Amino acid sequence: MRALLVDKFTATSCLGNGLTATLESLINQRSGLKSCKFETVDIKTHIGEVNGVDAIRLPDNLRNFDCRNNRLAELALQQDEFFDAVQQAAERWGPRRVGVFLGTSTAGILQTELAYRERDPVTGALPSGFDYGSTHNSFSVTDYVRRRCRLEGPAVAVSCACASSAKVFGSARRMLEAGLIDAAVVGGVDSLCLTTLYGFNSLQLSSPTPCRPFDVARDGISIGEAAAFALLERIPDGLDGDAVLLLGIGESSDAYHMSAPHPEGLGARRAMLAALATAALEPAHIDYINLHGTGTPSNDRAESQAVTSVFGPTTPCSSTKGATGHTLGAAGALEAVISVLAIKHGLMPGGVHTSKIDPTLTAHYIRDNRRAPVMRVLSNSFGFGGANCSLIFGRAG
Amino acid sequence: MRLSAYISGLGVLGPGLSNWPEAAAVLSGRRTYRSAPTVLPAPTMLAAAERRRIGRVVKLALAVALEATSQAGEDPAELASVFSSSGGDGHNCHELCQALSLAGREVSPTRFANSVHNAAAGYWSIGTGAMAGSNVLCAFDASFSAGLLEAMTQVAVDQLPVLLVAYDSEYPQPLHAKRPIPDAFGVAVVLTPVRRESSLAKLDAALSILEFDRFADPDLDAVRSAFPAARSLPLLRLLAGTAGGTAVLEYLDVSSVEVQVEPCA
Repeated sequence: MRALLVDKFTATSCLGNGLTATLESLINQRSGLKSCKFETVDIKTHIGEVNGVDAIRLPDNLRNFDCRNNRLAELALQQDEFFDAVQQAAERWGPRRVGVFLGTSTAGILQTELAYRERDPVTGALPSGFDYGSTHNSFSVTDYVRRRCRLEGPAVAVSCACASSAKVFGSARRMLEAGLIDAAVVGGVDSLCLTTLYGFNSLQLSSPTPCRPFDVARDGISIGEAAAFALLERIPDGLDGDAVLLLGIGESSDAYHMSAPHPEGLGARRAMLAALATAALEPAHIDYINLHGTGTPSNDRAESQAVTSVFGPTTPCSSTKGATGHTLGAAGALEAVISVLAIKHGLMPGGVHTSKIDPTLTAHYIRDNRRAPVMRVLSNSFGFGGANCSLIFGRAG
Repeated sequence: MRLSAYISGLGVLGPGLSNWPEAAAVLSGRRTYRSAPTVLPAPTMLAAAERRRIGRVVKLALAVALEATSQAGEDPAELASVFSSSGGDGHNCHELCQALSLAGREVSPTRFANSVHNAAAGYWSIGTGAMAGSNVLCAFDASFSAGLLEAMTQVAVDQLPVLLVAYDSEYPQPLHAKRPIPDAFGVAVVLTPVRRESSLAKLDAALSILEFDRFADPDLDAVRSAFPAARSLPLLRLLAGTAGGTAVLEYLDVSSVEVQVEPCA
């Protein structure tokens, strides 16, 4: 594939709003996970909640989009001058030449969960103010962002569970390469809701403690929320050597089970190999792997096996989910941004909360930060339904 | 900028339309359209345990995907896929929201696993053994054109044969009042970068600002506008005929998708 420029990017998660706070948390190995006090949830678990979402007000003309997920999108758009960068891209290329590709798993379903509590006692009807299309529907966050940024190019939501916002890079890449657009806003937005908190709990996949990826005693995920965006463009002439490029993308399906990974990580292996092939790179060219690393016994075992089968046991890797929680449909984009930060700042973030690495996992998991030049990073995202996506980012020079 | 692909198989299932040959007869004017509830076949590709777990929207997607791949003579296991739906499994979603609104909040783990928007794509890959990439999209009422653009860029840029499946089914009340999709409608096509023996037509697609096509027959136009996946009907009408031509499909509020159809025969 033709590499693309990651021109501008931003992330908002429980590590902080925007890049400065995110980087500072990573440098200090600070986790944003806290005991769950979200809404009326009565589960013993830890969550990664973003500060300040409730206080966000959407612009008057987009009030019908008001829900936690779109508030989180709005909050994140305003960090790191990302909104301004999108406006400049629209001016440079024209609004019809800028596409929007956002991943989400649950969009604004919290709005529907709340509306179900307010059903008319006689008719069972939902409250009149409830707007399905601009809150609950998976497209609502993409629609919000395109209207907010006044973009008129192709727009779509990708919803492949926890691989959603890694896969958006693939959709945007193809549209850019086909010449349908000149710039793409890609990203992921997923926010806390009862469906995922109670749902993962019902599958016994959420941990009562902060999640401990690759730990011998790991016992499940901690759910987080996040919004992360990047602006992708074709590589311009006279590129700065410090620029970061999207070099490769690999996608695959497990064809195995709806909610469990292939036990040997065959789908994961296939995605990583495909990413290396599209980037025309060898495994030895990857300096650091940002794992999917959810902290469930089965994911980490399968992923470790897949990573070792492709890279051997020496490539440093870690999961940042001990710090951010598993941000589900936003995880791909959030970890893409963390991968870009790793390259820009020569930082391989050690996995927090993991105290004793499972000796049966052969991948080279790092618990302490490493400061060293990072030329290329591979980032994994896997989801329910067996959806897998691996991304490779690298320095331009 | 135009995107090109050959179409080599179709599957259709909707109210009064039980397969592509039937839909083609209606769309080419050889038969009058008569609405009737959509009948969804049991997906034999899945093991009994999985068959019991799936809802109407998954049955719908698997049925049209199977018809399209069989007609194209393709091994489904070898195809990349794009699934596009405006809403996923409405009944499953209702059951979850209902459970979460009651004291105890007892959520079924199977319902939760099935609540992902990519459930149909997951079951398709499990049923067929397809390990290629599968992208799952939603663009509300623009979901068909969004899926078509994604599939055609995969064909044009990556030179891959791709299965596109667009499908929508109803929400029960009370969500039905807020999103009134009346029944189930699905369409699937197999798109290839080069012409094959089974190829029916060559498609050239581009973004457009032209007004999208409608049907003179009010019953057919009602189907077109009732289901996001049925926004494909103007394209299917050209594929049902022999003359080819250009269909303009509904997409976003600011744009449409223009598809030129050139029959292969």
